[in-house]
Amino acid sequence: MSPPLVEVSAISRSYAMRSGMFGRSTAVHAVDGVSLTIRKGEILGLVGESGSGKSTTGRIVLGLEPPDRGEVRFDGKPMAAPGTAAWRAQRARMQMIFQDPLGALDRRLPVAAQIREPLDIHGVGTIAEREDRVRELLRAVELTPAHGARYPGALSGGQRQRIVLARALATKPDFLVCDEPVSALDVSIQAQVVNLLCDLQAQLGLTLLFISHDLRVVRQISNNVAVMYLGRIVEIGSADDLFARPEHPYTQALVSASPAPGRRSAGRIVLAGDPPNPAARPQGCAFHPRCPRAIARCASEVPALSSVGGDRQVACHLVSGAETREAA
Amino acid sequence: MTPLVSIEGLSVAFNGVPVLRGVDLALGKGEALGLVGESGSGKSVTWLAALGLLPRHAKVSGSVRLDGRELLGAPASELDQVRGGRVAMIFQDPASALNPVLTIRKQLCEALALHRNLSGEAIKAEALRLLNLVGIPDAGRRLSAYPHEFSGGQVQRIMIAMAVAGNPDLLIADEPTTALDATIQAQILELLSTIRREMSMALVLISHDLGVVAENCDRVAVMYAGRIVEQAPSNQLFADPVHPYAQGLIGALPPLDGPRRRLTAIPGTVPDPAHMPSGCAFAPRCTLAAEPCALAAPPLAPIAEDRVVACIRAEASRHALLGIAAE
Ligand SMILES: Nc1ncnc2c1ncn2[C@@H]1O[C@H](COP(=O)(O)OP(=O)(O)O)[C@@H](O)[C@H]1O
Ligand SMILES: Nc1ncnc2c1ncn2[C@@H]1O[C@H](COP(=O)(O)OP(=O)(O)O)[C@@H](O)[C@H]1O
Ligand code: SF4
Ligand code: SF4
Ligand SMILES: [Mg+2]
Ligand SMILES: [Mg+2]
Repeated sequence: MSPPLVEVSAISRSYAMRSGMFGRSTAVHAVDGVSLTIRKGEILGLVGESGSGKSTTGRIVLGLEPPDRGEVRFDGKPMAAPGTAAWRAQRARMQMIFQDPLGALDRRLPVAAQIREPLDIHGVGTIAEREDRVRELLRAVELTPAHGARYPGALSGGQRQRIVLARALATKPDFLVCDEPVSALDVSIQAQVVNLLCDLQAQLGLTLLFISHDLRVVRQISNNVAVMYLGRIVEIGSADDLFARPEHPYTQALVSASPAPGRRSAGRIVLAGDPPNPAARPQGCAFHPRCPRAIARCASEVPALSSVGGDRQVACHLVSGAETREAA
Repeated sequence: MTPLVSIEGLSVAFNGVPVLRGVDLALGKGEALGLVGESGSGKSVTWLAALGLLPRHAKVSGSVRLDGRELLGAPASELDQVRGGRVAMIFQDPASALNPVLTIRKQLCEALALHRNLSGEAIKAEALRLLNLVGIPDAGRRLSAYPHEFSGGQVQRIMIAMAVAGNPDLLIADEPTTALDATIQAQILELLSTIRREMSMALVLISHDLGVVAENCDRVAVMYAGRIVEQAPSNQLFADPVHPYAQGLIGALPPLDGPRRRLTAIPGTVPDPAHMPSGCAFAPRCTLAAEPCALAAPPLAPIAEDRVVACIRAEASRHALLGIAAE
């Protein structure tokens, strides 16, 4: 097994949120005690509904924002303090790709210039070498120099996302955080970008944190998958196995809610109740008000994420620890 | 049997640019029809045109009949009766369709007064019944709440209540769950199918999500660049798609179980309506395209009972797929 590249230990982050115009401010626990390990060359998928803390986790992992508690280590070293030279060196090795490529690009600049920008900033090579590298990057994302001469507005959504990807790869990073990179694209274009990401990952040996609410896309890309609910990881395991045999009641509901051609809705688990409100997280297991299997203990005691055999970890009183598995 | 709705040769142009180019579609009483296709393919415009909801500068031609009566060019008063009465529509962004400064009771009662022969107490009782029907907890008290006091999923439930207030024969749901999280989407789809059964209402479910339409509809129509390119019973379309675009869409969907396979991405992008290729609009992206494809747009032709396809190489395309399956 390859050594870990990213080690996240018990990170937490809350935001103050004011309710109403003169309302008291309440704390939103966006991320609460999340631990993750991503090995070199691994793709870890992060799924969960909106507001579950996926993007906040991604920003903390990249050092774009400090955690309130906990620590992130990159290649064995703690993240350097923002703004320092050590931080810049570390940051050049990691990049982020967001959902909205148009928002990430400058509308007033030809896209080739934007791909070159990180090379200019980090002073990589001569001008001519940078131009060569831009052409090479365009080719890597299956675009031509003619595309590079265009402005973002003259490219399609899928092409823009390729440009963002090319720019992210300019400094030859080891680690990419992709936050819903294909969610805004139509399914046929989504498939192009997903295939491209898989190819580049394999060619370059990239390590990826791949955030998405789309289970299908996550399974297609990831080796391992973590499921988040209200700021915590409730289940983690290898991608194929996790979707084939989800253990946590929330993962089971998510998998069951994913519509599948050829299967009619019979037997679907439909959760009652509203989506969770991160500003009013329930006591105990945060999922208990919607959980079809909740027991009395769930309302007061937080289930810990623990190994249930193999590489699977689950945070649920009904599936936690080896004893429950044996008893079942 | 006359169909409930029959659309023939429906065409729409904005500022001289055609975006619908002869849509043919029919729907029986109580039937659930899915409409899929990439964004911009004309799914929304089809039904906005059918109900006379497009802006004035849209040029509309063809025919849309409801129970045999022509709707295109019908007087405004008649269309007002049809909309919200026999045919109701809900949209992706429900919040924009509700008035933020009126209570839910007021808005439901308005819809009821407009389309149902009810008065006074009967209207209020019906409003309460509808809110209960769509599963809003504590409906009696919540009637006096304003739209912003409800979650996204609940607002979509309220939109469904408003839509079915007039006892429609047909509900057109345009991407009703696209903005919602997976578990809430499952709730809303279940609600829609329960209500459809209970009210024996026909449903047009517009979605870019193949899984959503496959699971909730009897029949599916696939749109591409302003035309229907294939129409088939749901299970057949997914087991045996014939049009190369329909095949591409299904191949592009990552599987949720079984072995992973490389996705079959459709190359290129959707054509710009202002620069439509001649002949088959899919030709620039089609792996089976041959010379005759560029000559004329292929018409929808039957290939089996209840199945139509607009591709001159339908047979070849079917064989190509079977060939892949046999490998
Ligand atoms: N900068 C911020 N200020 C205040 N609240 C925030 C901020 N970023 C995220 N949040 C809140 O934290 C929670 C988790 O958000 P996020 O990480 O974006 O979740 P996800 O990406 O899973 O949708 C949400 O309730 C969100 O409103
Ligand atoms: N009011 C309008 N004015 C001009 N063009 C429009 C208008 N409404 C839709 N269109 C164009 O018509 C085409 C079909 O749009 P639409 O039916 O909304 O697609 P879909 O619902 O399949 O995503 C698109 O090219 C869109 O830009
Ligand atoms: S701990 Fe209890 S409430 Fe939470 S998922 Fe398990 S059974 Fe459900
Ligand atoms: S008509 Fe020709 S170009 Fe069009 S889908 Fe069929 S084979 Fe492809
Ligand atoms: Mg997010
Ligand atoms: Mg639309």
